[in-house]
Amino acid sequence: MILVIAEHRDGKLNRATWEAIAAAQQAGAPVRVALVGAALTTLATELAAADVAEVLTVEHEALGAYTADGYVMALASLVESEKPGYLFFPHTYQTRDFAPALGARLNRPVVTDVTALKKDGDGFVYTRPVFQGKLNADVSVSGPAPHLVTFQIGAFRADAAARKSGGAASVRAVAATVDASAIRQKAEAPFKEAKQAVDLSQAERIIAVGRGIKSQENLALAQQLAQAIGAEVAASRPICDSGWLPMDRQIGSSGQTVAPKLYVALGISGAIQHLVGMKGSRTIVAINKDPEAPIFEIADYGIVGDLFEVVPAMIAELNK
Amino acid sequence: MKISVCIKQVVTREWQLRVADNGTWIRDSDASFELNEPDAYALEEALRLKEKHGGEVVVCSAGPARAAQVIREALARGADRAIHVEADALATAEAFTVADALAAAIREERFDLVLTGLQSDDQGFGQVGVVLAERLGMPHATIIMEVQADTSSGSGALRVKRELEGGWFQWVTLPLPALLTIQSGINQLRYATLKGIMAAQKKEIKKVAPASVGAASVQIRKVYFPERAKKTQMIPGSPAEAAKTLVTKLKDEVRAL
Repeated sequence: MILVIAEHRDGKLNRATWEAIAAAQQAGAPVRVALVGAALTTLATELAAADVAEVLTVEHEALGAYTADGYVMALASLVESEKPGYLFFPHTYQTRDFAPALGARLNRPVVTDVTALKKDGDGFVYTRPVFQGKLNADVSVSGPAPHLVTFQIGAFRADAAARKSGGAASVRAVAATVDASAIRQKAEAPFKEAKQAVDLSQAERIIAVGRGIKSQENLALAQQLAQAIGAEVAASRPICDSGWLPMDRQIGSSGQTVAPKLYVALGISGAIQHLVGMKGSRTIVAINKDPEAPIFEIADYGIVGDLFEVVPAMIAELNK
Repeated sequence: MKISVCIKQVVTREWQLRVADNGTWIRDSDASFELNEPDAYALEEALRLKEKHGGEVVVCSAGPARAAQVIREALARGADRAIHVEADALATAEAFTVADALAAAIREERFDLVLTGLQSDDQGFGQVGVVLAERLGMPHATIIMEVQADTSSGSGALRVKRELEGGWFQWVTLPLPALLTIQSGINQLRYATLKGIMAAQKKEIKKVAPASVGAASVQIRKVYFPERAKKTQMIPGSPAEAAKTLVTKLKDEVRAL
């Protein structure tokens, strides 16, 4: 049995939960979905629409706000009573915060950031990126169940998760041992830093720069190109980390998600954290001096070359 | 505050990866190596906390002999001493093996705070820090963008800013001793000064052997270059020719301009 751990905040399901359900359905074993929190009735009803054997709820007032200790305790207890063969999670920031601790507490292996799986004997072979997505690794897992597996956001489609035809999955409340006094983290309410000055999701065209731009002064080149085609300038994380562009111009898992008509990546190698924020763009252009940069895997047009030669030539061509 | 920073040596980002003959790892015998980037931010944060609250910064690395390079670099940037858990097998080890090696090496030191980067640039498990916290019996928080330490009462407490997705953050309070995994960009990095490099020569690096570990439960079957998901049109020619072709295609083929 595969137990999918749902993620939610403020009464809303994280969409990536459906991606993990889709992965579990495709794996071909019976699927159950578990919800951990307080006041879960509405969410359980929503999840019961999925074509799964059962929705399990673990409710406790100490689980109302997410904490790593609370989740590890509740899920360790759930694993003991339900004895799943696998635990599937979406590879979100929240999962990264508690799933390895749960694996360590249960002494069961954790495979993170999985993009594909295929049947192999009694188990699975999992594909996951290594070296910033430049290579894939196929890994297998041995030892007693359950095995914990987290799935990269976007690797499976949320709308591919099969819904029950007629009726709904049954919902069952499971009592779990949760000792509120053993929760060591105290979480405050989530907040957004500042009002975002630019809403990049509305931009028709985006020129994005990465490490290949080399210095803050060179941003002028990207700005000139942006001006020539009517685009917004954005960046990958390292550029904003260095303070060369404000954080609100960052594209990727920790920044904005965009899907413009045209996305031009200048000197961006294409780490997964960046790709998840822009791979829905209609036309992607990549200019990079490394022919093996992962960005070329998702680009429609690629130029292997020095952006400091190619971009001025583009600007000259556009201004003709 | 007595702080440990766990660091990893990884191949440089510019290194052209080649798959080794056995097909399960890269050919890294002639690679160039560097300090894993999020770990550099973790080290910087530890040095800043020491400057503010006093104490000691001890770097710990579980890796082969060549990891001494990044240990020396960390000492040159200002760490006080180092522990090197040395074994060739640690270069490609899975998360639990690395966490166990680190836990055995630092448990007796009774650190107030343990920092790690949030993940490594090579295997990218994003697990070692969290598993280490569990092994040491410490509370943890991950993907941290700001650290406020209050050492005024008892063993002290932390208030830390966790990064959530899509521009959201959250403050979390937890008691010391604790473990944090640090996100890149939390601070501005300092680089080693000549004086720092000289001083590092005299600092202690304690070498320890890892305890014997059981067989890893996660095995790499093979590594390989991913297949292109899309049909990418690679545009050849000189920069001027390529630029001209690209602009034409963007105008006529996809009407993106």
